[in-house]
This record gives sequence, C-alpha cells and structure tokens, in this order.
Amino acid sequence: MENIEARVKKIVAEQLGVNEAEIKNESSFVDDLGADSLDTVELVMALEEEFECEIPDEEAEKITSVQQAIDYVSAHLKK
Amino acid sequence: MSQVLQGQVALVTGASRGIGRAIALELGRLGATVVGTATSEAGAADIQAGLEAAGIPGRGLALDVTDAAACEAAISEIEKSLGPVLVLVNNAGITRDNLAMRMKDAEWDAVLDTNLKSVFRMSRLVMRGMMKARNGRIINITSVVGSSGNPGQANYAAAKAGVAGMGRALAQELGSRNITVNCVAPGFIDTDMTKELPDAQREALQGKIALGRLGKPEEIASVVGFLASPAASYVTGATLHVNGGMYMA
Repeated sequence: MENIEARVKKIVAEQLGVNEAEIKNESSFVDDLGADSLDTVELVMALEEEFECEIPDEEAEKITSVQQAIDYVSAHLKK
Repeated sequence: MSQVLQGQVALVTGASRGIGRAIALELGRLGATVVGTATSEAGAADIQAGLEAAGIPGRGLALDVTDAAACEAAISEIEKSLGPVLVLVNNAGITRDNLAMRMKDAEWDAVLDTNLKSVFRMSRLVMRGMMKARNGRIINITSVVGSSGNPGQANYAAAKAGVAGMGRALAQELGSRNITVNCVAPGFIDTDMTKELPDAQREALQGKIALGRLGKPEEIASVVGFLASPAASYVTGATLHVNGGMYMA
C-alpha cells in the first residue's frame, strides 16, 4: 500500500513539475499543485502506464487529488 | 532543406494520388519515415512503390478514415512498429457536389464524415504520443472553398471551414505541449479531383487566378513541408492559403 502511495506521488511530482516533499495526500492537483485541465489528463495517462491499467474517462474525472489517485489505483490494481 | 525530419514518423492520409502523394514524398525527402494511407489495397501498394522508388522509409497502408476502429488499430500498430506519429497530415477528402436545393442528406453526411469528423478522430488518436514527446505537428489540408465558398459545395465548404475552426481550438489546447496545428488551404490545383470539373468552369476559375495558372501538387507539398519543419516552430492556429492569388484573405 505504501508502495503505491510512493509511486503515485513520484508520478505526480514528475508530471506536474513539483517537489515530492510538497505533495500531501490531500493535495488537489488543480488547487494545490497548480495543474491545468490538460495536466490532469496527462497525469491520468501516466498513472495508466505506471500501473498498467485503463482508467475510463468517467472515473478519471473523479480523480482530482493525490488520495483519490491512490485509492483508485489500490482498488483496481491487478493482483 | 536538409533532413530536418530525420527519425520522425509522418502519417499522410489519402496519399495515393494528387496532393497527398506529393506531400508524402516531400516529407520523406525531409527525412521522415512516411506512412501513407489509401482506401484500397492497390492504392496502398502504389504508395509503397512510390516511397521505395524514392528511397523513403515507411509504407503504404489501406485505411478507411471513416472507420473508427480501423483508425485506432492502425495508429496503435504504427506506434508499436515505428514509434509515435509526430507529423499528421489530414489530407484525405472527398467531394459530393450538388446544388443545395438538390443535395441529399447522404451527400452532406459523406463529405462531413470524411472531411471533418475523421480529421478530428485522427488528430485525437495521435495526440497522446505527441503530448508525451512534447513535440507534434498536425497539418490539415483544407481548401480555398472553406473561406470563399463555392456554389454546389455547401457540404465541402462547411467541412473545410469546420476543420479550420477545429484546428484553432486544438492549437490552443495543445500549444503548451509544443504541438502546433495548422491548415494549408489549396486553391485550384491540377489533380484528379479538379479534372472532374467541366471545361467551362475550369477556364472561368483560371481567369480568377492572379498567377494565371493552376497550381501543382508539389507547390502545396512544399508548404506542408515547411509547416512540419523546425522552421515553422512558432506557427500555430494558422491557415496558409496557397492559391496563386485566386483568393486573398
């Protein structure tokens, strides 16, 4: 579980160009980390690649914070 | 220009004849690996032969651009075997001319599907690879008719003007990722498409061209080559009119 959290935060840091230390679980991509709408689309693309899954658009729209990304991946990761 | 597109994959739709064929060869001359599509296997083989004769890496591909599933499969296969498409030239187009009073819904739909909807779909399919590469050129071949209008071509003019508007929206969406989206709007070019026109109409059109002659496909291709090259890195959301002065925007 912690592993997923670390991987998600690493991707968020890479995609949004922010320092990993600034990323908290409750951080909102747009409000706290300065992402624009295209950044969030790219972030989902990067998560799909890292965790080898496909996130449907209607689910992707609900992933707006670091915790939501961690929750989604944890629930859908291939066991 | 030297081989400024070396190592990049360029996809040109409708590349078996006319303007598309000239574009495929020009992008190959600039160093790109070129995939050219045609609606038939024979057309694809013809493209392949043309590329091979010119020593250009790449291939011909049979693809109906209105077939969403086939387009998706084709892009996915190209990305796997050659790499991301970094130059997309949406050139494939059809005409179904008729006076509006007589134009059938089917004629309207066919032109809008091929000339507008498929352009959006192809563009959407290549965006992912371009975004990841932080580099991409989408070049749409439109028409002077999209700006000037033309009797008998309500469907064609609507589709081409639509592509121009869509291109400006995409240019804004994708600009931050170093992806440019532009249109090249040919005038009266000597191709199979314009050979279908009656002689009287050809002569009347020719009289309106400042340079006094039809354009050659190569004269469109060279402008597309420019837009694909680093020389055009700051050009986006633009329509370049290449019409010999037939219409001046």
